[in-house]
Amino acid sequence: MLPRFWRKIKYRYDLVGSYCENCQSFFYPPRNLCPHCRRRSKIKEIPFDGKGRVLSYTVVHDAPEEYKEEKPYVVALIELENGVRVISQLVCDPEEVEIGMEVKKAFRKYGEDGNSGIIYYGTKFVPDN
Amino acid sequence: MNRVAIIGVGCSKFGEMWDSGFRDIVISAGVEALEDAGLEGKEIEAMFVGNMSGGRYLAQEHIAALIADYAGLAEFNIPSTRVEVADASGGLALRQAYMAVASGMHDIVIAAGAEKVTDVGNPMDIMTSSIDREWEGFVGATLPALYAIIARLHMEKFGTKEEDLALISVKNHKNGALNPKAQFRREISLETALNSTYVAEPLKLFDCAPISDGAAVVILASEDVAKNYTDTPVFIEACSQASDYLAIQNRKDILTMSSVVAAAKQAYKQAKVEVKDIDIAEVHDSFTIAEIMAYEDLGFAKKGEGAKLIREGVTELNGDLPVNTSGGLKACGHAVGATGVRQAVEITLQLRGDAGKRQVDAEKGLALNIGGTGATAIVTIFSR
Ligand SMILES: [Zn+2]
Repeated sequence: MLPRFWRKIKYRYDLVGSYCENCQSFFYPPRNLCPHCRRRSKIKEIPFDGKGRVLSYTVVHDAPEEYKEEKPYVVALIELENGVRVISQLVCDPEEVEIGMEVKKAFRKYGEDGNSGIIYYGTKFVPDN
Repeated sequence: MNRVAIIGVGCSKFGEMWDSGFRDIVISAGVEALEDAGLEGKEIEAMFVGNMSGGRYLAQEHIAALIADYAGLAEFNIPSTRVEVADASGGLALRQAYMAVASGMHDIVIAAGAEKVTDVGNPMDIMTSSIDREWEGFVGATLPALYAIIARLHMEKFGTKEEDLALISVKNHKNGALNPKAQFRREISLETALNSTYVAEPLKLFDCAPISDGAAVVILASEDVAKNYTDTPVFIEACSQASDYLAIQNRKDILTMSSVVAAAKQAYKQAKVEVKDIDIAEVHDSFTIAEIMAYEDLGFAKKGEGAKLIREGVTELNGDLPVNTSGGLKACGHAVGATGVRQAVEITLQLRGDAGKRQVDAEKGLALNIGGTGATAIVTIFSR
């Protein structure tokens, strides 16, 4: 498995982000340095509860090799309740998605590496009805 | 600072060039530029090369030395440097060359851009390396998918229509038909653009520029030295570069490219020009929505009103502010690291009156080259 993937497993599997105690800002993906405070950053890890709404989205038809079998799939820009924005797949019928739709995080399979047979997991979002 | 002039330009044909290798493409552009400037070659003091991904497209790094070598400059041992900021690499090569002359370090410098994408490597995957591979690419977002997310919100918030995006494509194809170097030299109808298949909704095939082979070369000289080579110098009055968050999820407002706003602000100030002084522009229409956002972020239109310019014909070849007279990335082709230099070639030809059938009347021109989804922007202002 790619080292750069497993190094980030915790953050991908359960939507763990960063919080800067100096300026009370949240970040995802996680950062070691707050872009507002820089060397005065006081970063700690924080799991996000993963409820949010769709700010914008697309339905991908021309997919990368690893995702060919899943197309068409929805990729959305989601704003969480704490203001953090996340780019994620949204598991739903492409006809169903709309801007403003309420969604929540879910643990799902992302893809497979055909050569090694490794399966990648991560956070996706699903409609929150 | 020395005033910097363009004394020669050259451009290869853009497109899928199965018969030509990387070296052939580069040399065709280079020879054209040397002839245009009336240079032998030994006058050149330094070279900067824009190339996004030779390592992955060709499995060849050390592109700068390769190009200097095959341009016949190996025996002069000039410094040659490759620069990379995704598909704004060409614009950055131009900027580095500009700074080398403006600073007085060198008198005559080459800015080249080149990409060969049809040999090895998967173009879609390589373009994904211009966005955040770990956090955007991982979830199945592609470069078109991210622009599609931006386009969807632009439509929702400002009432931009899929038809407006299609009109950009139609205009650029119309211009490309007049450009002998363009990849696509045919006009298309609005229906063709609107009926093309979705790549990432709402963006369709005809909203997306191709990924092409191609090279472009511009030769720069200080104002005094330029007088020895040309009676029709085109001056670079400013060349500004700016950056932004790499991933769109970290930007406060995905409907404004703050890198473009910042680079444009700095360039207008340095060149001492206002938006209304610009007569012609080449902008980075890797996706049609990017051209509409460029209208807004460069100040040609208010935020949210970019689509008006295309609806009203302002940016057509015969409009008040022609944009992408070359055909843009959509029809001329997007040879990734070559594009920023190719834009400078087009503005130079237009300001000199050498643009043939697509000639417009212009004294001042602007070029906008973007890397990825806007994490890098380079704005250059030209005058004759
Ligand atoms: Zn902070």
